[in-house]
Amino acid sequence: MTAPTREQVTQHPTENEIEPFSTWTGRARRWMLKKLPPDKLLPESQPSYVASWIYVFGMGAIASLAVVIASGLVLSLNGPSWWHVSDLGHFVNSTHLWSVEFFFLFMVVHLWGKFWMAAWRGGRVLTWITGVLSFAVGIAAAFTGYLLQSNFESQWISFEAKDALNAAGIGAWFNVANLGQMFTWHIVLLPLGVGAIVALHVILVRMHGVVSPIDAAETDAQLANTKEASE
Amino acid sequence: MTTTKPARRENPMSWRTGAGIAGPPWKGAVREYDLFKELTIGLVAVILLVLAASALFGSPDDKAVSLKSWAVAQPSDFVATATAELAGTSETAGYGPPYNSTPGATQTLGPIDLQTLAGVKLPIDTAQAFVLGPLSSLPTPPSGVATWKAASDAQRTAWTDAYAKALDKAKNHDPANVAAGDYGPVPALMRTLLTMAKQGSLDSVISAQGKFYNLDYTPAILFMGDGAYLNDLAAGLHLSGDQWGMMNETGNYPGQSWLWLFSFFYQIEPFASLPNADIVVVVLVAVLTLALMLVPFIPGLRSIPRVIPIHRLVWRDYYRRR
Repeated sequence: MTAPTREQVTQHPTENEIEPFSTWTGRARRWMLKKLPPDKLLPESQPSYVASWIYVFGMGAIASLAVVIASGLVLSLNGPSWWHVSDLGHFVNSTHLWSVEFFFLFMVVHLWGKFWMAAWRGGRVLTWITGVLSFAVGIAAAFTGYLLQSNFESQWISFEAKDALNAAGIGAWFNVANLGQMFTWHIVLLPLGVGAIVALHVILVRMHGVVSPIDAAETDAQLANTKEASE
Repeated sequence: MTTTKPARRENPMSWRTGAGIAGPPWKGAVREYDLFKELTIGLVAVILLVLAASALFGSPDDKAVSLKSWAVAQPSDFVATATAELAGTSETAGYGPPYNSTPGATQTLGPIDLQTLAGVKLPIDTAQAFVLGPLSSLPTPPSGVATWKAASDAQRTAWTDAYAKALDKAKNHDPANVAAGDYGPVPALMRTLLTMAKQGSLDSVISAQGKFYNLDYTPAILFMGDGAYLNDLAAGLHLSGDQWGMMNETGNYPGQSWLWLFSFFYQIEPFASLPNADIVVVVLVAVLTLALMLVPFIPGLRSIPRVIPIHRLVWRDYYRRR
């Protein structure tokens, strides 16, 4: 038996070619395969215009988020006091802090880059919205991390920040001086929120592809020449 | 006779799927791309960057302060604050929800009063939580506790008012220099409370609030925040609200620079002086964040990237080869 060719692997099955599923699971699979076939999920090529350093910042933010989660996991498994009494703990805390700083740096450059590219064009509005939302939820996640430091800074931030939260009516459920509540927000709820939104964002990027240049037209050389070649 | 509707002219900056060639899948030239390779390189690069920054700069860890360190460093501030807690005149005592129901204390936005709507969910009686409760926890509580409890509200107010004024007039605001007067049991209560604080027992009593397990530091944080000690330390480290403190961090570290917009409004008028500055700034930042999220739907705003041609830099190779 010969291995399938790349064309065979990446060929999209048309709707008629997919057997008519009768179960919910089957229908869900058909819908998912139609929306995000494997070659779109894990592509081996990109449009020729995807050739700028600005494109690496999205991946940089995801890589930073992975380091944030890994270092945060080590910190949380060792408990809130560990990093005050252990040199290794302090170093892991430093990696957590700096990965957060890089995460935001890359995310901000990515966000502004996508703004100037008007990356919401062509049905990509949900990709834009999930991107901004992940930034906003990320800010809340980072903020709760500063409250868990159990040092002077967390004491002061919890005293100072309570007023805005109380004024907004959420101070009892998001009580910045309650370490137990803040642990739940910081190591469970908000990371799950950021993770889920970022995952959805990446899936949407893969589904819709990278947005084409502003004012690109069918007559542009990179489109027209390919068409001519295929004719 | 049939009429055909004229084709709708697509706005090239629209979010809609049919907007130009941005909607359908790209049919033009492609280049090779390896997603996993890029992810791996990105991960390795970020890990190296993080390790280098951590090794070079580390992270700040200014030791937490305590009621003990406060009482030892600034006993007069501690006593003045504790007197205000006993009298019910401290900031916390008059804060309103979620700690108490002081009338007119909430921050409102016109008729909207979210603070009152949320209710008193974390009730704190400052006299009981910060003074009488801790003193009553002693093996032999001072007799002044019983005297205080037996007194009328008017009598209590007279004692604490007189003592607070006397403290204010005393040399260095030192309780030892307070002139003689009718302060009832207040000076004795304060002396014992100060001793408890200096010995360190007040920290655990206030944090525990009569319980064994505790993860809630609200009472201790509020008590310390009512005094000048915590605020002065923060101001010395450029952490106050009017010093961009919301985004600053102890030491020379970048801090939460992403909170710059939130912090910005606290630096400028009219926001900085508003009595309801917090709720105004919260709503303003929420609206601006929502606007950023909804830029694709906002005519004018969504066209800015076309007017200011930064995209020409990003896709310069594409435009050059058109």
